[in-house]
Amino acid sequence: MTIKTVRNLRRVSQGLFLTLFLALLLRTGFSGVVSADALKDFRLSWPVAVFLDYDPLIAVSTMLSTWRLYDGLVWSLIIVVLTVFFGRFVCGWICPLGTILQILSLRKSNRKAMLGMNLIDSNRWHRYQNLKFYILIVMLGAAIFTSLLTGILDPISLLIRSIGLVIFPMIGWLLNFVSDALVGSGVGAFSSIGGVLGWVSQHALLTIKPVHFHTIIPLGVFFFLILAANRWFTRFWCRGICPLGALLGILSRWSILGMEKDHDSCNQCNLCLKYCQGGDDPDGGVAWKKAECHLCLNCQAVCPESSIKFKLFPNEAADQVRPAPDISRRKVIGSIIGGAAIVPFVRSGDDFKANFNALLIRPPGSVNEEQFLARCVRCGECMKVCPNNALHPTFLEAGWEGLWTPILIPRIGYCEHTCTLCTQVCPTGAIKELTLEEKIGTESSKAVSIGTAFYDRGRCLPWAMDTPCVVCEEWCPTTPKAIYFVEEDVKTRDGNTIKLKRPRIDPELCTGCGACEKVCPVIDRPAVYVTSVGETRSRYNQILLERSMKEDPSLVEDRET
Amino acid sequence: MVTRREFLKRAGKATAASVVLGTGYLLVDSRPDYPVEKTAARIELQFANDDPILASKLAVIRDNTPANLVQNAVAVLGGIGLFVSKGDRVVIKPNVGWDRTPEQAANTNPEAVAEMVRLCLSAGAEEVVVTDVTCNDPRRTFLRSGIQEAAGNAGAKVFPYTDDDFVEVDLGGKLLSVWPVLKYILDADKLINMPIVKHHGFTRATLGMKNFYGIIGGRRNQLHQKIDQSIVDLANFVRPTLVVMDCYRALMRNGPQGGSINDVKEYRTVVAGTDQVAVDAYAARFLDLEPHDVGHIVLAEAAGLGSMQLDKKTILNG
Repeated sequence: MTIKTVRNLRRVSQGLFLTLFLALLLRTGFSGVVSADALKDFRLSWPVAVFLDYDPLIAVSTMLSTWRLYDGLVWSLIIVVLTVFFGRFVCGWICPLGTILQILSLRKSNRKAMLGMNLIDSNRWHRYQNLKFYILIVMLGAAIFTSLLTGILDPISLLIRSIGLVIFPMIGWLLNFVSDALVGSGVGAFSSIGGVLGWVSQHALLTIKPVHFHTIIPLGVFFFLILAANRWFTRFWCRGICPLGALLGILSRWSILGMEKDHDSCNQCNLCLKYCQGGDDPDGGVAWKKAECHLCLNCQAVCPESSIKFKLFPNEAADQVRPAPDISRRKVIGSIIGGAAIVPFVRSGDDFKANFNALLIRPPGSVNEEQFLARCVRCGECMKVCPNNALHPTFLEAGWEGLWTPILIPRIGYCEHTCTLCTQVCPTGAIKELTLEEKIGTESSKAVSIGTAFYDRGRCLPWAMDTPCVVCEEWCPTTPKAIYFVEEDVKTRDGNTIKLKRPRIDPELCTGCGACEKVCPVIDRPAVYVTSVGETRSRYNQILLERSMKEDPSLVEDRET
Repeated sequence: MVTRREFLKRAGKATAASVVLGTGYLLVDSRPDYPVEKTAARIELQFANDDPILASKLAVIRDNTPANLVQNAVAVLGGIGLFVSKGDRVVIKPNVGWDRTPEQAANTNPEAVAEMVRLCLSAGAEEVVVTDVTCNDPRRTFLRSGIQEAAGNAGAKVFPYTDDDFVEVDLGGKLLSVWPVLKYILDADKLINMPIVKHHGFTRATLGMKNFYGIIGGRRNQLHQKIDQSIVDLANFVRPTLVVMDCYRALMRNGPQGGSINDVKEYRTVVAGTDQVAVDAYAARFLDLEPHDVGHIVLAEAAGLGSMQLDKKTILNG
């Protein structure tokens, strides 16, 4: 097999993994596939979150933040071992974000920085590439102190979140816009095309209605900046920022696969540098930076003098290879301390426990907030899978530390009583997997509550305007209903007495699903609304004496007292 | 010095560009649109079978499987041929409101719906559509209710609604005028209403006429403000070919979505007829209600939609 064949294999591998990634992300939703026990519980038929299971950064950082390894994350051991033996092949062969960035950097730029010797020079190793190691260490330092920040920059989380919550909804919006315009044109052929587009949008994106996500602008801008950076530096993200790449780079120091170069035969043509992805100094005369190399094999494939060879057990002389990143111990220790210091800093702020946001309604099955922040990688799987578009990335609702973690916004979508999809996709157990029975309760067990509904009697039709309504009562899904009404005699403006059904909440029964808030006809600021108090996952965010005393111990940790 | 040719060419280009750019200015508008009262075509549906003798009959069939109950009910009324003709496009409108199983009795019994589909097809219907505007997610609701599978296997086209399935029409009601209506209803020759008998906190009962909430979209959550009149307006608009009320299981409490089989009572009965007020009046008894306890039944009779005087009906027990 020639090196060019191997390089083509790498391209095929990148294409396949990117396709698989996108396919799984597209299937992250209610697909309506009937399984054998569909009448009991809808289960996802595809392992949609599997990329996250194989992500060693998520495994390592949650291990540090929780001293446990959640379920599917054991699979990432495969990647760890393979990386220890063979280096950062994930970055060059598998990572879907890496593939997207590589494709973008293929584009010939007329920018001065990307032409001729400037391009060659920019592809040499630069000090900024060490930044990713410090970022990694800062995040692991924070993880030790139970704050999991890795998800903000973990490439798999980032890509799922960015494509699932920004790109796909954008495509959906466009499809719907064009489809509506074509159907609205009334011209037969256009209408049919419009109908097809509408069908595609519903079935490919698995959304029966256009989805809307809360405060995705910063999230999307962040993603577009990462993409745009390729105009100035090839794979700037992979080289300078990516904490997963940094982790894999550190792991690869023992790898038995590596580059051996013949400094003497190199004629300094710099072709290897021109095509280098990692910025790892493949050219003759300098040592190869192993921790930076993505194993894309471009350098070997283009070298006209055959000076570069990847082989097993290469020569490890000092002029050949720098096996470990060139970072100083002093800065490593500084980064750990810095990362650790983030945690007391943010948690001394008021939005952690003292003055937290009442609208911080976490998905059903979420563990208590301290554990949640130690587990959630902000991948957005729960938000993408939610069939009601109920779950959204936070901006500041959970504090700075909780950026892009999930909250439920009932006004946009309520939590479907019989749905457990978000609990099925969470890769880290921030949302504990629930069976339908666990979620809605049985005669012997309580339903999982995510909050409690309240009436704003100044806006509620029967309370404030003597008008019949109680749509909320109709929609309340619990048995018996948490919303009940009392028929009262009310004197109207003209002196007549009428009978009105006025709604109330039984906080003992309310699960905080928000169906009432969603359907309230007072559409802008609903007359019934949910706040997080009464959520099963917390022992202290409670109203009722009994609830504070007995709770499902698997959801509530003793730490939070 | 420009040549004449060049002068003409350049002046021509500038003129053409101005004309093209200027065309956009034809959009000049001094009064931007403000939401105006909606207008749409007034639609008269022609489903009703107005035969007074048929209307005086009420089939009440007991103690059998849901499929046989439906079959017998249609048979004692005179057979499916009275209602469905060869080549008809038939819409069957079950109640598929909530993401609940058949045992929880929040949705019409799937076997009953499937049997109705088979009957219509046996009468030569060209196509049978089963559709509803659900409350919960239509995909989940049609699956868990069992209706997607049962009606689909029986040969019906099952259409859980999407937002694209509506056409704004003028219902011509006292209260309800322009409202988005499920397009399948507008295209149909016959409409068979297949509700289930359920408790409803606000109206006390969800029966046949209330089932027509499921043919419209839009801001249904405003209808509660004048619920009786809006139900009557819808029933008057639709006037179904036939009503086949599933009383196999009745949801006695926590309606209309229920959720617990403890709230369900088995009657193993089907009530059918062409007088939709009479069918509702009869079925109300399964919820321990008298017809006059239910506001919209009283209002519907007053509006001339049918009769709740059950003693004047011929009850056929098959």
